[in-house]
Order: sequence, then C-alpha cells, then structure tokens
Amino acid sequence: MGNVTVKNVDRIKQTLWEKSYIPEILRGLSVTTSHFFRNLNPNKEKRTIFTREYPEVITEYPERYRGLHRLMLRDDGQVRCVACMCCSTICPADCIHIEAGEHDDPTIEKYPTVFVIDELRCIVCGLCVEACPCDAIRMDSGRHIPPSLERDEAFFDRDLLMELGGLSEAKQGGQR
Amino acid sequence: MAEILLSVVKIAVIVFGFVMLVASLMTLLGDRKQSAKIQNRIGPNQARFFGFSLAGIPHFLADGIKMILKENVTPAQSNKFLHTIAPGLVFVPALVGWAVVPFMDHYCTGTVQTLPQMNYTEVCVGGEWKNYFSIMHFNSGLLFAFAIAAVSVYGAAIAGWASNSKFSLLGGLRSSAQMISYEVSMGLSLAGVLMIYGTLNLNEMVRMQGNMFGDWLPMWGVVVQPLAFFLFFLAGLAETKRAPFDLPEDESVIVAGYITEYSSMKFAMMQLSEYAATVFIAALIAVIFLGGWQVPYVYADGIRFLDNHWVPFGEDAWYWISIFLRIGAMVFKILFLVWLQFMMRWTLPRFRYDQVMTLGWKILLPLSIANLFVTALVLAIL
Ligand code: SF4
Ligand code: SF4
Repeated sequence: MGNVTVKNVDRIKQTLWEKSYIPEILRGLSVTTSHFFRNLNPNKEKRTIFTREYPEVITEYPERYRGLHRLMLRDDGQVRCVACMCCSTICPADCIHIEAGEHDDPTIEKYPTVFVIDELRCIVCGLCVEACPCDAIRMDSGRHIPPSLERDEAFFDRDLLMELGGLSEAKQGGQR
Repeated sequence: MAEILLSVVKIAVIVFGFVMLVASLMTLLGDRKQSAKIQNRIGPNQARFFGFSLAGIPHFLADGIKMILKENVTPAQSNKFLHTIAPGLVFVPALVGWAVVPFMDHYCTGTVQTLPQMNYTEVCVGGEWKNYFSIMHFNSGLLFAFAIAAVSVYGAAIAGWASNSKFSLLGGLRSSAQMISYEVSMGLSLAGVLMIYGTLNLNEMVRMQGNMFGDWLPMWGVVVQPLAFFLFFLAGLAETKRAPFDLPEDESVIVAGYITEYSSMKFAMMQLSEYAATVFIAALIAVIFLGGWQVPYVYADGIRFLDNHWVPFGEDAWYWISIFLRIGAMVFKILFLVWLQFMMRWTLPRFRYDQVMTLGWKILLPLSIANLFVTALVLAIL
C-alpha cells in the first residue's frame, strides 16, 4: 500500500482582537439585532421573512416539480399507455402494477386493463417518466400526493390517474 | 394592620403583576417570537382568538392549558418526596429575591429638595420617607439577594439527584458547579461597587447613582465601574443558566439536564423560575449598574441640567410625574436587559463545559480581583 502522507493544515491564527471575543460578540449582536429590528418593521414589505404560510397561501411549485403521477391521453381520449411494462420494470420501489389487455385497434396492440400506482410506496424518483417510451406517464401535475387514512386510498388506479391527464405534445402515429 | 395590607398589595403587584407576567410572557415573546424575528421567521401564530393571531399571545394560554392537562410522570425509582418539592425549591428563591428590589425611591410625605451643592442628593423636608415602592426596606439588601440567588441551586441539584436519571444527575452537578464558579466572580466584581457606594442597601445605592460628576455625568455604576458591569453581566448570564451558558440543560448532550424527568406543571414551574431568574438578574444589573429608577437630570423637584432648573407643571404635579417617570425607567431598564440577555442567547453558540469553567475561573475571576484591586488603589489615592 502507499505511504501515508501527512498534510499539515495551518491553523488560522486568531488576532488578539478576535481572541478577546468582545468585539466579535458585539459584531454578532449587531447582526442579530439588525435582523430583529428589520423584521419588526411595520411595513411588511421591508421585512425579510422567509416563512411560507402554507395552508393559507398555497405555494407555487417549480415547473419540474415531481408530483402526483398522471396518465396522458390519446387524441380520442383513450389512455396513451401501451402497457410495455418499462415503468414497472424500472420502478425501484416496485409500486406500479400493470395488467395488459389486447386492444381492438390492431395498430395499437396492447393497453393496460389495470394500472395501479401505490403512491405510498412511490419514492418520487421520476424514473418511470424517464423510462416511458411514449410519453404516457408524467409527474408534472403540480400536486403532491394527498394524505390518506387508509392504505387503499393511496392506490391510484388508471381512471383516477387519467383524470389529471391531458394530450401529449408528441405526435401519434410515428411520424417524425 | 395597614402595614401588613400594604405589604400584601406590594407583593401582589410586584411579584405577580410584574415578575410573573414578564417571566411568562418571556416564554413566548422572548423565546419564540424574538428568535423567530432574528432568524427571519414568523414564529408561532396559529393559536387564534376569533381569527386574530394577536402577536401569538393565545399560544401562551394554550401552553398553560397544555401544561396543566399533561400527565404528571414521576420516575419509578426516584425519591418521590424530593422530586416533588424540587420545583418549589427552584421556584420560590426566584421570587423571594424581589423583596429588596426598589422600583422607586421612598415616598416623601413632605417636600423633596435636591441639593446641587451636595452632589444632587435629595432630601425630604418637613416629612418622612415612606417605603411604598419596594416590598422590604432592608439594609443589607444586596446580601439578601445574593443569598437567595445562591439558594436556588439547591433546587436544581436536588431535582437532578432525586430523578434517578444519569442525565438529570449530570445536569444537577453541572448546574451547581457552574453556579459556584460564577457566584465567586459575581460577588468579587460587586466588591468594587460596594467600596464606591459604601452601602449594601439597594435603594441607597440607586440614590447614590443620582449624583453627578461635574454636574453632567450621572454616577451610574456602569460609569464608575465599567469592567465590573461587564463581568457582572456575564456572570449573571451564567447564573441564570441561559444560553450560551445553558450547560445544565445541554439538550444535545444530556437531554434536558436536571429537568429531564419532569413533566406537566412541575416542568412548567422549572421553566418559569428560570425566566423569573433572568428577570431578577436583569433587575439587579439595572439597580446596581444602570441607575435603577434614576432618570438622568430628572429629580423629584424638577429637571436640573448644569445650572438650569425647570419645574414643569408645578411642584406637586411634577412630584407625581417624576414618580411615574422613575418607575417607568426602572421597568424599561429591566425589560431592556432581559431583551439583551435573550439577544445574547440567540447570538452566541453554547460553550463546551471546560470552556465555561475556564472562562469562570481563569478569566472572570482574575479580572474581577484586578478590578477590585485597582478600585481600592484609586479610592485610597483620591
Ligand atoms: S416515481 Fe419512481 S418510485 Fe414512483 S412510480 Fe415512478 S419509478 Fe416508481
Ligand atoms: S406508462 Fe409508459 S412505460 Fe409504463 S407501461 Fe405504459 S407505456 Fe410503458
């Protein structure tokens, strides 16, 4: 094995001014006091308060916030998912359950008869969105997963997920 | 009979009307709202009266109700008797000390005259001084205050020992070691002040602070003994066991120190007495170093600045105005010092225990002895 090398790190020497602590304590006090009085300003605009008053004021999530899943729709309102199982395969929490069924339209082949996401198990990693080959699942609904009292309530099935869905910008029919 | 009634009224007004009110409001305004403002937060505002948050005051009531309704747990192997009386042993000394704190000079039944030729001493002509504004007129008031402040450590030590918990025991030990170390420099830093004022009576001390240097500089304790003021303030912070000296309840190391095993109202009493002790130390500092009820240039018979003398609103009215001004000044000074102590608490990080001991024994103690020595030399030469 290699030699152990010692790297000497110079200690930053304190000056006598700093060692006496008092000027530094006063400096710290001036910082806290200025914050204290700034946040007592009757003009609320001038205060620097970062608290979000959450339930009263709903916070805007950033655009790429990973929220509740949604299943996208085809032009005719059917589910866009082709039940390829990519998402349920990659899902590290193993929380997507899909049962495929044969579609009447021969150009579509498969569609999910059952599509359930257990949102309690989901770790909100977003891998399912990355894995989907046809932009059928997204997490850009801008909502977080609602709290539930029963486990069953956290099972979001296909129709529920489709309610949040919308048309994809991707063109159908494979034209590029 | 009238005397007793007067004492009861004074106790009720000072202890319950002022000290307990300030101490319990401190739990909310000082601890939570002030820290929130410093840290750019809003602080508690969710408990509301009819939709108004009222600066968080309802939280204070909610806390009280919560404390009363909580289960009172006594650890199985603890010494039940001592565990139960310990909060009282902490609580009572925090209030008893107020007996000697003067909120205003004695009331003069005659007329008060200020003598500029005698260093602005106030004398009562054609009447006598009546003690209406401090609970007890006590010649060795300072000694009493100190004795009482020192006794409160028994409560902490007993609470720590009786809880039968390692954390509590450590907290109690830390608390007593800290109190003893800082009591020494606290007392020594005051020795210089005592030499200058030559009295142990707190009211007399405040009166002496109305004297002037060269007609314009009030002889406040902080002016004549700046180093002692600083030492006493630091030692006072350490005595009240508040951050940065809150080692006895160092939550990252020993959970909550000697109050670990306390719950319900017993816990509330422990906490409240800590706040009351903070207010008491603030009052002591105000009385000894910041001129107590003195307002500079305001005297009972008018305003005197250099050689000028005004009596606004006539003699009699002014006497009453000066009384209210002085009580207001005392209350303001106490509140300011409490505020400052809380500022320190939210500014400085906690010391390590060995640092606390080093600061106490190796820095504050030699400094206070040096201060005493220099003061004695100067007084001997003058
Ligand atoms: S976000 Fe991650 S854990 Fe949640 S369903 Fe998608 S792949 Fe699974
Ligand atoms: S959502 Fe996308 S990845 Fe998942 S099964 Fe449907 S098409 Fe495949």
